[in-house]
Parts: sequence; C-alpha cells; structure tokens
Amino acid sequence: MVFIRGVSKKRYNIYSVIASEMSSEKQGLFIYPNPGNKVFRDRVKELSGEKVELCFQCGACSSGCPMTQEMDYLPSKVIRMVQLGLEEALESKTIWVCTTCFNCEVRCPRGIDIANVMESLRQLVLRKKYDRVALNDLSDEQLRELPQVAIISSLRKLTA
Amino acid sequence: MNIAYYPGCTLKTTAKEFDISTRASTKALGINLVELPRWNCCGTVHALAKDDVMHHLAPLRNLLRVEEAQQSGIVDEKRVVALCAMCYNTLKRSNQAFNADSDKAGKVRESMNNEASVYSGQVEVEHLFETLRTFGWDKVQARVSKPLKGLKVAPYYGCLLLRPRGIGIDNADNPRVFEDLLKALGADVVEFGYKQKCCGSYHTVHMVDVVADLSNRILTQAQAAGADIVATACPLCEFNLGNRQTAVAKKYPKFNGIPIVYFTQLMALAFGLGEDETALWMNKPDPRPLLREKGLI
Amino acid sequence: MTENDIKMVTIYVMGKKQRVPADLTIMKAMEYAGHQFRRGAGCRGGFCGACATVYRKRGSYKLQGALACQKIVEDGMIIAQIPFSPQEKVTYKINELKAEANTFLEYYPEIARCLACNTCTKACPQDIMVMDYVQAALRGDVAQAAKISFDCLGCGLCAMRCPAEIVPYNIGQLARRLESKYLEGPTEQVLKMCEEVRAGKFDAEIEEMKKMDKATIAKKYNTREMKIK
Repeated sequence: MVFIRGVSKKRYNIYSVIASEMSSEKQGLFIYPNPGNKVFRDRVKELSGEKVELCFQCGACSSGCPMTQEMDYLPSKVIRMVQLGLEEALESKTIWVCTTCFNCEVRCPRGIDIANVMESLRQLVLRKKYDRVALNDLSDEQLRELPQVAIISSLRKLTA
Repeated sequence: MNIAYYPGCTLKTTAKEFDISTRASTKALGINLVELPRWNCCGTVHALAKDDVMHHLAPLRNLLRVEEAQQSGIVDEKRVVALCAMCYNTLKRSNQAFNADSDKAGKVRESMNNEASVYSGQVEVEHLFETLRTFGWDKVQARVSKPLKGLKVAPYYGCLLLRPRGIGIDNADNPRVFEDLLKALGADVVEFGYKQKCCGSYHTVHMVDVVADLSNRILTQAQAAGADIVATACPLCEFNLGNRQTAVAKKYPKFNGIPIVYFTQLMALAFGLGEDETALWMNKPDPRPLLREKGLI
Repeated sequence: MTENDIKMVTIYVMGKKQRVPADLTIMKAMEYAGHQFRRGAGCRGGFCGACATVYRKRGSYKLQGALACQKIVEDGMIIAQIPFSPQEKVTYKINELKAEANTFLEYYPEIARCLACNTCTKACPQDIMVMDYVQAALRGDVAQAAKISFDCLGCGLCAMRCPAEIVPYNIGQLARRLESKYLEGPTEQVLKMCEEVRAGKFDAEIEEMKKMDKATIAKKYNTREMKIK
C-alpha cells in the first residue's frame, strides 16, 4: 500500500490517495475523502435513491440547466462534491437556485436525477429548521398578487 | 361519459380564465368534465425525498376521491384530468411512487385510515392534452367554426408537462402534442427553441429578477421566431411570462410586450364561443387588442 | 354510599395516578381528585372551548383530543390539559376585505402550507372536518368554509397538532365573518324589527312595563309567547 497525502488547490479538505495492490482485479487509484464525510455521501444517496457514483462528469446536466448564471457551483460539480463526500455542497447557492425543472434528469446519459440530488441536499439543510424564504418577508401586496401555486411550491421547496 | 376533473387551487382563484375556458371548450367537444367533489390542494410539487410520506397524502387523497366518485357513479372511470401542469405532475408522480413502493403505500394507507375507503392505486392521471390526443385531432378540428387563421402562436410547454422521463406526456426533446392541437385549431404554429425552458417557477416569489431574465429570454426568442402570441398550459408559467412582463420591461427597456393565453382559451375562441367562455379579459397583458386586429374577436 | 359501591376507574392526571368514579367527566374527575381549575374551565357546557384536553389510553399509541367538561373518563386514561394554545389573531378591517381565497392568503399566508394530512380533523373534539374547511378557504369557497366550521369552539387542539403550524380556527372565524357580511346578505327580520322599533311600535308596551312590579313582570315572562320561525 502506498499512501500519498495531498491538498487540493481549492479549499477542499485534505484527502488521501491510496494506491491499492490488494489484488489484480482491485488494482487502481482510489481517492478517499475524510472518513467522516462518507456519512454525508451515504445520507444523500439514501435520501435521493440516486446512484451518484455513476456520474462520469460529462456536463450535459450543466449545459441544459436554465439557472447556471445564478449558481456558484455547476450542477455537475455539486454531484462531484457529493461523490467525494464534501459537505461544502450544503453551503452552496446552487441548491437553492435550482428550479427542479428536470432538464438535467432527461439529459443525463447515466440516468441520474440530478434535481433529486439537489432536493436531498436542500432537505438536509431544511430539516435542521432552516427557512430559505421567510413568509414574513412577503408583503401584503405580494400575497395578494401571487398565484397560489407559486406561494405553495415556494414554501414546499424552500422552507422547513 | 363523465370524467373527473381536478382544477387545482390556482384555477379557482387567480387563473379562473383557465378553468372557465376549459369547461366551455370541453363541453363544446362533448367531453363532460365533472369537478371532483371534496378535492384538496395537491401540494403543487412532488416530494422527492425517499423517506417522505406526509407530502404524498395530499395528492393521493385526491385520487382516493376519484375512486369514491367512480364508486358512487358521479364519474364513469377511475381517471382524472388535470389542467395545471404542476398539479398533473404532482398527482401522477405520487401515484407512481405509491404503486412502486409497497412499504410507502402501506404507510400512506395507515395515515389515511379514517377515510371511508382505501386507495387501491388504480386511478389514471392524465393531462387534458392527452385526453384530446386520444379523442382525436380530427374531431377537434371538426368542431372548429372560427379557425385561428393568421394567428402565429408559439406553444410554450414549460417543464413539468414533459419531464421527468416516464411522466412526460410527450417526447421531452421533440414534443408535438401542443403543435398538433394548434394546427387542428387552424393557427400558424411558430417553432422556437425555448418552448421547454424553465420560466423560473417558484422563484417568482423571492427572486423576481431571475424570473425576469428567464422570461425575457423565452419571450424575445418567441418574438424573434415571429410569434404574435404565446400559449401555455400552466398557471405559474402564465404568471411568469405574463404578469411578470412588467418586471421584464423594467429590467430590459427594449422589451416589447407579447400577450399570453391558455390553450383552452384558444380552443374556446376557435370553437366560436362567446366572451364569457373565452374569458380573455382576465389575462395580463390583455390579448384582446391583438385578437381584434387579427379579426378573431 | 362508599367508594366500594361506586364503580371506579384509574386515570393518570399529568402523571399522577388517581382513582375516580367511572361516570364523571374528566373535569369533574379531576376536581374529585383535588385539582382546582383556575384556567382551562369556562362554561362547563361544551361551548366555550376553554377545557381542551389531550389524552392517551394505556395500551394504545393514539393521541386523542377532548373537552374535559364533556368527555366521560375511561379506565387507563393518561390526561394533560392545554388551557391555552398560542396564536396570533391578525387584525383586519372587515369592511375592507373581500370574500375570496387571496384574503386568507394575505392575512394567514401559512394556510398555503397545508399538507392535507387530516391531523386537525383527528384532533377535533367536535367532530368537525377541519381539513375540509381549511381546504375550502384555500380554494376560495368561503361559504363552504363557513358552513363546515360552524360548530368550532376555538379550543386550540387542531392548532397544537398541525404540522404546517396553521391555526385552523382563525381561518374558520374569518370565513364565517366574511360569509355573513358579504355572502349571506342582510338579515331581513332584524332590519324590519329595527324599523318597527324606530317607528314606535313598542313604545306603549315599554312604558307599561316600566310601571309594573317585579312579580307581575316575572309572571308575564314565564308565560310569554315564543315565536320561532
């Protein structure tokens, strides 16, 4: 076993690269995130039911996404962060800006529902009693003018 | 034949023109839509988290009402027609989730155990476009007494009618159902590349700027392709592309307004129905000056 | 008659075990056990909603709601009282409102969070279909919301259990106010009566009554003619 410790250029955590010589089938390069973040990755997979490990970073989802100009990380990058167990994904603006339009889902060549993964990331934050939209911030005029479908869907997606 | 009709909250309040024109135009075709008794808000969006049970109660309770209505003879089939694209998507997805996961289905049934009956999972959810497609475009065309000649309509599908895979009413990349309807009504169909791009959806509540950007893109593309008017099938899209044009104009001074209507309003118009049935006075911006110019009203 | 002759049951009042006669209401049983009601008791007649009570029965997971002055005790009841449920009744000017869905959304926007889970209906001690009237208000069907919520006492059990944190009885109250003001129409009999009073139709009788003694008034009251339409 050979251990190589490295630090990525961005502000990601220190990761370990382990080259395994265990058996000829298993020979290869495994990049392991810090063990604690495996819990995060597994929780996202459990909540969404999506096989995020299938993503090979083709970027088709990002190219079809209508909201990329408002995002800090592209959708494909967020999936990568989940794969690596990086909890920074929960602090991104991306997950809140997603409109759940499913353009990514129809385009993914591996059948991953990226919008579903985004929803799971939102849920992990919302379930800790966080509201992205405050009902109290809506003015009377807005409440009078907005169609119900907008108010209800906004509260469902963005409040605890 | 009586078919169950699920209007959804918005069609009863800010999108009444969608409800009125639907009832009138389907009646004109001989399709008898009966509003579901005791329906409740469907929740507008599908709860994607796998462990969620609570958010499925609202849509599934409506499907239980469809079964009850069928058993008591109010409607003839275990089928419900939705008009709002978001309601359609939510009802259908919850139904699918219920039938695919027997564990979840059991929990839902347990939570609804004070209802008089148990939901069997056998209700079919469809959008009016599907109903019309089965009905037959030739039959729709036969009913047209005032073809929408010279009216260049850009069909705007939005997201939730076509996506995700398995729920969409047509091919997500190359849908034809809306275009087929417009052709049957005698309108000139305008093809444009943004017909399934998201309008911004619920971000219209707290990120109006973003919706202004997206709407601007969609509407200017439709205009560049030669459209006189944009037709839609979702009250949220209609709000974002219609009412929000004031926000678009503020951010993009070069923007020229374009009227938006619901596809059922165009149907009612083509069937020669009156003002009270087309309900065109409720749309923002007002489509009537354009339609008068085209000699259609 | 000793306690040995009366049928007794075991109840648990806020954790403390008590033996009480089986035919008492929860309120009377608690007073039998020595509790004094300073809050959480009002009309004692099932009308004011002050005595909202939650209970479970031993051996059952179900959480039930009741009015302490109406519900008879059962063996194994584990009881707690909810004399007040926190809520904000929004200030509005009834004369400036419209009887439509957006009015509810404007003053109680949390109504948009309703999950149609029916927990409120399950909690109601009056057997009101609470979810149905909240949904009716959301749909803009003010008349239906008013009709269904008619028997509501505002006891607060539904509000305590709602996962969307809605206070249903405020919705019902607004619906009933809007319905009676804008949809029901003017109360013809009352207006007619007011006119008659102003016209002096009853002046002579009132003058006569002012001169009567107590016994005569009492007799007249007890033998009065009751006109119920």
